[in-house]
Amino acid sequence: MKNTAKKQMSKSTRSNLIMTGAIVLVYIVSQIMIAGGAMSNLMKGLLVPLCYYSILAVSLNLTVGILGELSLGHAGFMCIGAFTSAFFSKATVSVITNAGVRFTLAILIGACAAALFGGLIGTVVLRLQGDYLAIVTLAFGEIIKNVVNALFIGIDSNGIHFSMKDAMALNLSEDGKIIVNGPRGITGTPKDATFTIAALLLILTFVIVTNLVNSRSGRAIMAIRDNRIAAESVGIHITKYKILAFTISAALAGVAGVLYAHNISTLIAAPKNFGYNMSIMILVFVVLGGIGNLKGSVIAAVVLTMLPEYLRFMQDYRMLIYAVILIVMMIFNWNPKCITWRKNHSLQGYFARLTKKTKKEA
Amino acid sequence: MSFLSYLIKGISLGSVYSIIALGYTMVYGIAKMLNFAHGDIIMIGGFVIFTITSTLGLNPFLAVLLSILLCTLLGVVIERIAYKPLRNATSLAVLITAIGVSYFLQNIALLIFGADTKSFTSVITVPPLKLVGGNLAISGETLVTIPLCIIIMVALTTFVKKSKTGRGMTAVSEDKEAAILMGVNVNRTITITFAIGSALAAVASALMFSSYPSLSSTSGAMPGIKAFVAAVFGGIGSIPGAMIGGILLGVIEILSRAYISSQLADAIVFFVLILVLLVKPTGILGKKIQEKV
Amino acid sequence: MKMKKVLGLILTVSLAAAGLAACGTQGSTVSKGGATGDKFYIGAMGPLTGSNAVYGQHVKDGAEIAVKEINAAGGINGKQIEFKYEDDEHDPEKAVNAYNNLKDWGMQLLMGAVTSGPSVAVAEETKNDSMFQITPSGSSQDVIKYDNAFQVCFTDPNQGVASAKYISNQKLASKVAVIYDSSDVYSSGIYAKFAEEAKNSNFEIVAAEAFTSDSKSDFSVQLQKAKDSGAELVFLPIYYQETTLILTQANDMGFDPIFFGCDGLDGILGVKNFDKALAEGVMLLTPFAADAPDEKTQNFVKQFKETYGEIPNQFGADAYDAIYIIKAAIETAGVTPDMSTSEICDALKSAITKITYDGVTGAGMTWAPTGEVNKEPRAVIIKNGTYQLFE
Repeated sequence: MKNTAKKQMSKSTRSNLIMTGAIVLVYIVSQIMIAGGAMSNLMKGLLVPLCYYSILAVSLNLTVGILGELSLGHAGFMCIGAFTSAFFSKATVSVITNAGVRFTLAILIGACAAALFGGLIGTVVLRLQGDYLAIVTLAFGEIIKNVVNALFIGIDSNGIHFSMKDAMALNLSEDGKIIVNGPRGITGTPKDATFTIAALLLILTFVIVTNLVNSRSGRAIMAIRDNRIAAESVGIHITKYKILAFTISAALAGVAGVLYAHNISTLIAAPKNFGYNMSIMILVFVVLGGIGNLKGSVIAAVVLTMLPEYLRFMQDYRMLIYAVILIVMMIFNWNPKCITWRKNHSLQGYFARLTKKTKKEA
Repeated sequence: MSFLSYLIKGISLGSVYSIIALGYTMVYGIAKMLNFAHGDIIMIGGFVIFTITSTLGLNPFLAVLLSILLCTLLGVVIERIAYKPLRNATSLAVLITAIGVSYFLQNIALLIFGADTKSFTSVITVPPLKLVGGNLAISGETLVTIPLCIIIMVALTTFVKKSKTGRGMTAVSEDKEAAILMGVNVNRTITITFAIGSALAAVASALMFSSYPSLSSTSGAMPGIKAFVAAVFGGIGSIPGAMIGGILLGVIEILSRAYISSQLADAIVFFVLILVLLVKPTGILGKKIQEKV
Repeated sequence: MKMKKVLGLILTVSLAAAGLAACGTQGSTVSKGGATGDKFYIGAMGPLTGSNAVYGQHVKDGAEIAVKEINAAGGINGKQIEFKYEDDEHDPEKAVNAYNNLKDWGMQLLMGAVTSGPSVAVAEETKNDSMFQITPSGSSQDVIKYDNAFQVCFTDPNQGVASAKYISNQKLASKVAVIYDSSDVYSSGIYAKFAEEAKNSNFEIVAAEAFTSDSKSDFSVQLQKAKDSGAELVFLPIYYQETTLILTQANDMGFDPIFFGCDGLDGILGVKNFDKALAEGVMLLTPFAADAPDEKTQNFVKQFKETYGEIPNQFGADAYDAIYIIKAAIETAGVTPDMSTSEICDALKSAITKITYDGVTGAGMTWAPTGEVNKEPRAVIIKNGTYQLFE
């Protein structure tokens, strides 16, 4: 018993070390390239987005791959993290002048708010199953987007004013300022997100999820995924673990939202960035990278975020080619025939055969 | 009085959702996949009819027939190229390729037809029905859509229950492995399902764009999602359920916009959906899921 | 197994990347080097895909016509223009990517973005890089928050106030209903100011109904409410695509008020297959009308039609003007392509406040240092399927 525990520990530690190492390596190489002026502006601009898309993919993989429930509302949690933290940062930008302190607080606030909603929504939706659960998560995501679009919040000397109708209904006094302005969202959020923080948060996300997967709770969660009834019969508290996984996943999505909000200075809840389109995009990362495969999620997120940018030379055909590549990659990764073909032609296999051959010849 | 008028508007909108949801639920119930490209096939169907009637100046009826033919073909081709290779992979993988197909169709339509919105000429010539001295009006499109929905619903139900192919479909949807053992050709059955689903998409496109004549490369996306919602509302795989779900969705949308808030109507629709699913976790007419130990 | 999957993925990606890199380097060697000093590198961005593609496409087409004309006539101060347009998908994040991409290409000044959200996001970047920015159609006030950004179009508040004043001064109606897109920056921006200004006017807003980008095909409820409230005029601070549906549905229910819109309505007569009889009597405050008889507009519309087979809308016209405004500012400032972007920016932002420009979207345009344009909106009414100036 002690032995297996030790083994499990080493498994998660090893996995963490590899990923941390890889991220640190990429980080160092990027910094050297930036210092040497060898990195394009495009790539410099993509560094933070790549981190938050990876965080989103890893966190959704916790719900889809580890918990085994299809969620189509992940962008909703990202939206909550983004808006609460941007609200905080904008409201306190003149009070807390230390960007580091302010941003740390913003991250905590974004994560907590998203976790709170994750927990609440999780309690409601997790009694449903399969596609029904998928559509309810989609519904929650759309509700969040729609409500945020109708939300007006302003601050003046009398305190905070809310309205769900329009900016006039806020009745702000002369010195007041509107912070959340309905569909115009929040503008002028301080750009506090840096690649260093984003990379650290990605490592943190990875460590949290891997440790969860290899912990007692993680095994319980996976037992629920593999056979709910069997899991229940051995005394696993289904609801508790489901909500636990769902909440952590939501909190991490909230962190990604914080990075998003503090990376570009304008935050609007458009269908494109916080609607079901985004939720589905994150799901694409997860499925392409391999369901339950955290490293794959990161790789897929990076590839699919960079791909449309590097396809710009295709001009009008850019998104068309992107769609074709997406379909081809999916078939290559998931078609049973392709999987066998890859097994026979993989680099590892090639090297293995090569060494065998040389051994034989020798 | 005004309530009645809103109710009629709700049913009109709902009938459009219904006819899209019928095609959606067909594929959804049998192939067990969320076909995110369904809305885009509707969009393509709309462009086909638009091109034939407006550019070539042919008869609208002929245009609809041609559109049905082309969409069926398109559906089968998409199924062969993008979905069939993943038949034995997880259902999520097919969902993602469906999204790829959706992007593809939107962008190819953008390239072919341009970004400008087109105004669709209604293919329906039935005059509107005026009641109570013209205070209540039911549009000709609605007068055609609702009976057509019922006809399609009955025809599909009969087909699935009575014909050999239809029973094969039920078998495939219940248990793929067992269906193979019973001599059902799964690949053929699923291809036929897609063919029927796409043909229905073409019919839906004719009616939807006649009611709401604004046509662009993205005009299929949102109806596709709404039809998905309607199908779940009614119970996945249930053909009458899709129709009821569609009508209900339309009525709820219109009534919440009229009586609660026009800004928050989308949120309210989804909220009602969540409530319904919490009370009836498998939709209004959905079958209870039996769990095997 | 999992490892293999990852490996497979890496393999595909690296293959794809290798292919791309090959193409990419080829492309960049040709176009790199904005600082060579013999050409002006003007970058632009806007949506070319997605549901707002039509606006971006018109801006691209309009700007390209202007660039072609200028280059054919010998360029700006004898220097040719190199123009590049990138897709931003109407997404602030993608707009920043597009901006960085253009910087890599060697962009010296920016015409963009087309829509408000992306324009605001990019304005933050141009401020940091001190790059001159002029947006043809990004009408939100936040776009011109900094001193290096200028607009060709009116700001949203400006349009809201102008519309309210116009309706009030002309005594067009005493009861007004508004139908607006509550999920859109442009539409809700105009509505907010319109409603505020309405308080000081001789009309009353009897119904203000919203729709969102997720449900913009059925307007029966909004129209019914407007009708029931006895509105004589319906104010539509929205784009023409939705307006075609609103006009059709209003006609179906026998509701026939005055429809009054802003520059977003321009383009409605260009919608293919649209029954123009429905738009009869629609009024709009727009800086551009494709039917205007002046020579400049006629020449532009003719060129546009010949090249792209369509009638340009206000977006195309704004972009056409934007390029010429850049040219005028460069000529006034005496800027040369071998200057750095921040030198160009400093020179242009003072030069633009000195010029007076007559374009297709207004005569005698001038700019305040705040970035706002000063021009006269024209009230136009649709009669017999064409725009006519309304006095």
